[in-house]
Amino acid sequence: MEHLAMEALNYVFPNDVHAHWTLMIVIYPYITGVVAGAFIVSALAHVFHVKSLMPVAKFALIFALSWLLFVTAPLLNHLGHPERALNMLFTPNFAGPSMMAGFGYIYMAYSILLIFEILFVYRYELTLLKQNATGLKKNIYELLTLGTNDITKSGREFDHKVAFILGAVGIPLACSLHGYVGFIFGAVKSVEWWFTPLMPIIFLLSASVSGIAGMILFYVLIKKITNKMSDIQTDTIKTLIKLLWAFFIFDFLFEMIELAVHAYGGTLGWHHVSSALNGPMQWTFWTMQVKILSVIPFLVLGYLSLVKVSRNVLIVGGSIVSFMLLAQVLFMRWNVVIGGQIMAKSERGFATYHPMMFEKEGIAMTIIMLVAPLVTLWILSKIFPLWETQADKEPLH
Amino acid sequence: MKNKITQSFIDNNRRGFIEDVMKGSIAGSLMLMIPMQSKLFSEVLGEDPKAAETINPMDLEANYCFMVDVTGCIGCGSCCVADRKENNVPQNQYRTWVERYVIDIYNTVYVDSPNGGEEGYSQPRKDIKEEIKDAFFVPKLCNMCDEPSCVQVCPVGATFTTPDKFVLVDNTHCVACGYCVQACPYGVRFINEETKTADKCTWCYHRVRKGKLPACVNACPTGARKFGDLNDRDSEVSKIYHSKEVLRVLKKSLGNEPSLYYVGLHEEVV
Repeated sequence: MEHLAMEALNYVFPNDVHAHWTLMIVIYPYITGVVAGAFIVSALAHVFHVKSLMPVAKFALIFALSWLLFVTAPLLNHLGHPERALNMLFTPNFAGPSMMAGFGYIYMAYSILLIFEILFVYRYELTLLKQNATGLKKNIYELLTLGTNDITKSGREFDHKVAFILGAVGIPLACSLHGYVGFIFGAVKSVEWWFTPLMPIIFLLSASVSGIAGMILFYVLIKKITNKMSDIQTDTIKTLIKLLWAFFIFDFLFEMIELAVHAYGGTLGWHHVSSALNGPMQWTFWTMQVKILSVIPFLVLGYLSLVKVSRNVLIVGGSIVSFMLLAQVLFMRWNVVIGGQIMAKSERGFATYHPMMFEKEGIAMTIIMLVAPLVTLWILSKIFPLWETQADKEPLH
Repeated sequence: MKNKITQSFIDNNRRGFIEDVMKGSIAGSLMLMIPMQSKLFSEVLGEDPKAAETINPMDLEANYCFMVDVTGCIGCGSCCVADRKENNVPQNQYRTWVERYVIDIYNTVYVDSPNGGEEGYSQPRKDIKEEIKDAFFVPKLCNMCDEPSCVQVCPVGATFTTPDKFVLVDNTHCVACGYCVQACPYGVRFINEETKTADKCTWCYHRVRKGKLPACVNACPTGARKFGDLNDRDSEVSKIYHSKEVLRVLKKSLGNEPSLYYVGLHEEVV
């Protein structure tokens, strides 16, 4: 009966019946976030010289690159006219200003920076690899080292210096890349669920969470697949877990603070938001994002960070919790992007969104786009050694 | 001989020569990138010189205003039919629509708009159990905001405000990112299924600039939809605007400053 009554009261504007931004727009900030988060790990090693993160510093860069290459894929798939995508660079609306118009520039700047960071960090190693390589691989290394054969100490010192500067510049740039994505949503006043100054901060923190969680999970998975579990550095995993916990505490805190202040204010907008959170979004928001995928990881991470546990518990526990947090961030993106659209502008009901398996922007395409970076990571690993080598440990000073 | 002179010119002023070549290439590529204006006002006006019954087509200083008299709307849907025909709007997408509001004695508000009200409201709602105390129709269309969110968020500048304050979409430039669809507080925007670009009500700019009324205003049998120049003291909209009639705009608190005004609008209407 109550259901029937709800049905009778439900009204959405006729153009607003279904969510227009699809799964593609859900995974776009997700992919961007992983990029930003992974870069932060590498920056902690290269710029702030966190020794325990050195073993994954190079992996972090290649991990970031493999996701970076797919940031625009979901966007291009979503655009009605992808062939006009470059209009964003040629005729950007800076008068508005449009929060989307700057993204192309920031993304481009960050891409260039990341590629050069990788080339400088890897230059010495690639030069050594080039000497023993043959055929196509030799040509690739020749190109990536820009033809240099310099293996002198002064050459390497120069590389370090440049990598340090690029890393330092990269931190604010990676932050703006993702804070910016949050701004795209946070600046939309017509959607009550999005319109909060905390949005860029929440996006940035959740980006760091997904990036670090991705690093832990794939550090362990790759070592497992390549049968080199004994190579996993316990203190590296421990540092990553502590880092993940720290970022996640702030991430979860801000997500809840945003909600709490909103609820306490109790405006008309909040009534609409809360009816969605307790209605169509009940499962994706409260059950998944908050209860299962936030509270449990928070407790487990706290335990792993504060209590002395065995290496195996650390590795297995860290991997599971990382997987959960990767899912948490994905749910969070869903709840923001789809949730904001479900809360219809008529303020009298909910729009719907039911993605199909095989449509242009459907579930299958989403899976492909989330797997593609991992395949790319595998291909890149054939060219760039992912892990710390003897060459990295040779003293410079 | 000529070749020799050219060569020496290049040799003497390599920097200048390279600069000239660069300028030429950049200018050339910009010509390709920047789309040309498709039509000038004068060209559009020239197509139908005799139509000037209601408004002065040349008057770019006009302060056009759309008014909807809610008390006059009978929910016949003629405006929606006229609009779809005039603007080739695809089925199931709406540049304008008419909502039916029904309020029962317990102040529960029921709203619907099947097919955007295009087929009129010949049947009463059957799912309302309580006694009804009020019912009315509310036509919706673009609010032509003075502070339009859609123009603000458009990343490529495809949505713009004309000098005479109309918010329009250049569908040859739109990338269809959908940001404007999200940003519009009134839900009047959609991605046109056929053109794959953002689309919305234009207040029939193409007609107005030829001196005609918007198609929906023209079709409205009761005069509930009104259009005119506020600067023209003799126009109906101007008279209402300056009278003691209570005028309301939708979602005023968002600060979009709509120039679509409603007469007799109930507070329940969003």
